Amino acid sequence: MTSAVSAADIAPTSYAWEIRATGLKVRAGRKRMAVDGLDLSLGLGVHGLLGPNGAGKTTLIRALATVLRPAGGTLELLGETVRGMGEHRAVRRRIGYLPQEFGYYRRFTVREFVEYMAWLKEVPKAEIPAAVQRAVERVGLADRADDRMKALSGGMVRRAGIAQAIVNDPTILLLDEPTVGLDPAQRLRFRELLQELGTDTCVLVSTHLVEDVAAACTDVVLFAEGRLVFQGPPDELASVGGPEHVGDSPLERGYSALLLNSEQEKGTW
Amino acid sequence: MSGEHASTRIIEGYARGGDDLAPDEVWAVEAHLETCPVCRERLAAMVGAEVPAVASLVATVWSGLEPRLAVTATMPRGRRWSARLSRWMTPTMAPWLAMVVAVTLLALLLDRADTGSGTGTGSGSDFGLGFGFGFGEVSLVLLLAPILPVLGVAASWSRGLDPAYELTASVPRAGLDLVLRRTASVLGVVVPALLVGGWATGVMVAQWLLPCLAFTAATLALGGVVGVTRAAVALGAVWAAAVVAPTLAASRTAFVLQPGVLPAWGLILALGIGVVIARRGAYSELGAHR
Repeated sequence: MTSAVSAADIAPTSYAWEIRATGLKVRAGRKRMAVDGLDLSLGLGVHGLLGPNGAGKTTLIRALATVLRPAGGTLELLGETVRGMGEHRAVRRRIGYLPQEFGYYRRFTVREFVEYMAWLKEVPKAEIPAAVQRAVERVGLADRADDRMKALSGGMVRRAGIAQAIVNDPTILLLDEPTVGLDPAQRLRFRELLQELGTDTCVLVSTHLVEDVAAACTDVVLFAEGRLVFQGPPDELASVGGPEHVGDSPLERGYSALLLNSEQEKGTW
Repeated sequence: MSGEHASTRIIEGYARGGDDLAPDEVWAVEAHLETCPVCRERLAAMVGAEVPAVASLVATVWSGLEPRLAVTATMPRGRRWSARLSRWMTPTMAPWLAMVVAVTLLALLLDRADTGSGTGTGSGSDFGLGFGFGFGEVSLVLLLAPILPVLGVAASWSRGLDPAYELTASVPRAGLDLVLRRTASVLGVVVPALLVGGWATGVMVAQWLLPCLAFTAATLALGGVVGVTRAAVALGAVWAAAVVAPTLAASRTAFVLQPGVLPAWGLILALGIGVVIARRGAYSELGAHR
């Protein structure tokens, strides 16, 4: 039996921001700079990453997950500067990551898949079964835990993906388009889960659905052409938009107003 | 907590509640109970025997929980061997490894048929008719040995063949450790198969084992730079163009497979291992999966 509270749980944090990027540049492919001089500081809470297609959201999340090496600038995760190759082991243990197109082995059951991921994430062996059960229950897949992945619907696969992301109780949780394929009821449940996680985790959710942001996020990060356009609470984003802007809700109008401004500065339409 | 246990007085006081124990004693016994199954058992016995109020409360909780526990399926015993196996190879590698073994056996059969019939036409023009008749002295096992593990290694670390490549690249265990585990499992399958093949055809072990290991190390070394799949394809093409084709055309063992060239293979092996170790960080990034 493990102690209920470990020394690591009550140790004071030695950093101000879970994620802190200064002048961050990340290349996508060989030539294109998908993240180009980004300054961003994220603390605990749920941060919604919004932006048009091709804004560099996925590249940014990959860089934060340390699978892409930054081409310039500095990136600090949990107070540790991420640089060079292969020094991320300790940081990665505290990161949860759900890629946009996440692959899995079809023959695994949900439990085997999450267990395998827990092993890959170096969760202590004795804690794996309990951690897996907890993660699977949190995403509401406990009754399907012993079904094979290939027998699941798209929404359930996505939830299994979320389960593997939270199985190591991460401090930084990166979710790339997690709500794709979820039906409205599941989406509501997912927002609840996000809010729950946001109390002690730095959650960054990339999405193109503005209503997800309105419902679940404490903070909006608007990102276009590799740069930060706006960061602030959802209300502030809503207040930017006026009736002349495109959109069905105040948030959508604020979103299109800000994107319009950033594009006009560049001289394109 | 082997040595010291809470005294009966403290356990009894804790079970009763109330003011029998000082607050610091309560903290101490709670901290001790968290880690000590023996004392938890004593506490349970004490509650059952001495404190009916708590016992009945616990019974109420149980009776409330029982209907829900009945419908909750218990966690099945996992398939332990499959969990252990997946630490060494991904499920997608299995068909590739099966293919590698099948090719080895096929090469062995063709070699046997070749030496059995003893007729080398040497023309090289009738490959379609009889693969085994074309190359007299050349052992197919020897010719294929270096390239077979490369296929397996490519399958273990490739974007196209491993659906979970992005998840795998993002975990703490990703990197040289995991690459070597998977490579070892590939070699664990391929080398015994080749050993049987080599023994049956009478080829010297070092003559195929060294090129085999050298090619595997070179794939990993090059893979850290351009991606393992690309490296495997490139080295496969080099092998086919530089060794297989001339051998088949001339129908004698190529120069690079002569016993005298073995030190060179050893050098390539050492170089490959050196590069892999020096660039070990590269395997924990997406680039190595190309």
